[in-house]
Amino acid sequence: MGKIKDRLTSMGEFVPQPDDDMIICRCEEISKGEIRQAIHDGMFTLTEIRRFLRAGMGLCQGQTCTRLVKGMIARELGISPLEVESTAARAPMRPIKMIVLGNEGKES
Amino acid sequence: MGYHADVIIIGGGIIGNSTAYYLAQKGCSVIVLEKSDDIGNGGSSRNGGGVRQSGRDKRELPLAMYGVKHLWPTLSEELGMDVEYYQQGNLRLGKTEAHIKTLAGLTERAVSLGLDVKMIDQAEAKAINPYLSAEVLAASWCPTDGHANPMLATLAYYRKARELGVRFITGEEVAEIKKIKGKARQVVTTEDVYEGDTIILAAGYDSRDIAATVGIDVPMTGALLEVLVTEAQPPMFYQMLGTAAADFYGHQSSHGSFVFGGTSGLEAVNKDNGTPVTNSITASCICRGIMNYFPCLGEAKIVRTWAGWIDVCVDHVPVISPIEEVPGLILACAFSGHGFGIAPTVGTLLAQMAVGEAPVLDVSDFRYDRFKAKL
Ligand SMILES: Cc1cc2nc3c(=O)[nH]c(=O)nc-3n(C[C@H](O)[C@H](O)[C@H](O)COP(=O)(O)OP(=O)(O)OC[C@H]3O[C@@H](n4cnc5c(N)ncnc54)[C@H](O)[C@@H]3O)c2cc1C
Repeated sequence: MGKIKDRLTSMGEFVPQPDDDMIICRCEEISKGEIRQAIHDGMFTLTEIRRFLRAGMGLCQGQTCTRLVKGMIARELGISPLEVESTAARAPMRPIKMIVLGNEGKES
Repeated sequence: MGYHADVIIIGGGIIGNSTAYYLAQKGCSVIVLEKSDDIGNGGSSRNGGGVRQSGRDKRELPLAMYGVKHLWPTLSEELGMDVEYYQQGNLRLGKTEAHIKTLAGLTERAVSLGLDVKMIDQAEAKAINPYLSAEVLAASWCPTDGHANPMLATLAYYRKARELGVRFITGEEVAEIKKIKGKARQVVTTEDVYEGDTIILAAGYDSRDIAATVGIDVPMTGALLEVLVTEAQPPMFYQMLGTAAADFYGHQSSHGSFVFGGTSGLEAVNKDNGTPVTNSITASCICRGIMNYFPCLGEAKIVRTWAGWIDVCVDHVPVISPIEEVPGLILACAFSGHGFGIAPTVGTLLAQMAVGEAPVLDVSDFRYDRFKAKL
């Protein structure tokens, strides 16, 4: 089991599952079925799934769903979750108002 | 695995992906080699999404106009997914007399090239965008400009090309192009060797090192730009924005978030360890720029920032060109920070060039050997 580089690697037909309606990313309301379909559409990495579906791009920045999506990618591709790269963390750590960030910590 | 294809494309950004798609449509076999583990991880997923004609050099303008007229309006339908293309115009804003002079100059030039763009006063600008601050005195207005979602457009081309059988290999770093019997033929990666009848080099700034392996150079530099994104806001407006002072640019996305880009002015001397990292002072600087024009956005929260490299040509126009000394090699780089909006056109042209068709637009202005000394 290794990282998959060839994006034509077959993972079989997309088979609907009974819990595909389950919401995985709560901030952006992305379901399990949408994520599984994206993987079958060629989105093999967490970063690609974020960019394709917005899963993990909401207010919590993926703190809740990232681990779940990682597991789903590994399962669909038949690889170990350890082979699924994490996403880059982006500043700021917490959402911050423009008026505050623009002030750079100076007294207002 | 089949290591041979009609066309090998180096670089899985939007230029490589769109070219792969148009080639697959023509029935060619294509392999795309991408260094990153993620498709489109270069400028293509990091840009501001501008699909603009205004402000473009006269050589590049026909490419931008062709895309806006013939390709962008139907792209979502063609690729089978929404790329969030909005054609609601571009406002370039001015706050001082000097800005107005700059804008008027740009507008005059664009009009003489056949683009529908005009100067508008404060009241007209306010009528188009009621959120503008009273500091904005005038603007240039191009009603046919717009924006799209760069991540979705880049991945939509990838998804469709893959569906048509294009073989994308990620985590595959190209080290060298090799000639066989005087013709470009082999693409050597750190792990393998691929062979193609035609090789298209579309690896952004990194194209320079790869082209050097067959003795070709493109006079370009790398530069860093930053982008920030707000949490979702209620729908406000869908024009693309820019300013005469170049203090920020951006738009509101389908999702509701605003995507704004800019710089601190210190990029050329900042340390970066070779990766596109954000600098602690840049987002603050961009925020100040935005709030001068849109004070109402002051309460909007920034959720994310990132940086990306652009490949800046010495004359700010791309190289899209077959290489005479290396038959079989086509270069597509040096997009100078505006390669997203013209990507559908460029992909169309490259596919035509690769199969030996006459390109639908004249590409002679984009030759690789156009660079001359100043005296
Ligand atoms: C912050 C920012 C804002 C921008 N705003 C706009 C805008 O509003 N409008 C607009 O039109 N344009 C904009 N641009 C420019 C636009 O993003 C680029 O011109 C465009 O994406 C170029 O696409 P590309 O495919 O040539 O490059 P890239 O997306 O950079 O793709 C090149 C690919 O080649 C790969 N590669 C590199 N070396 C190798 C190697 N050795 N082997 C294999 N692969 C390799 C890279 O990993 C990368 O994926 C902006 C750019 C940035 C960074």
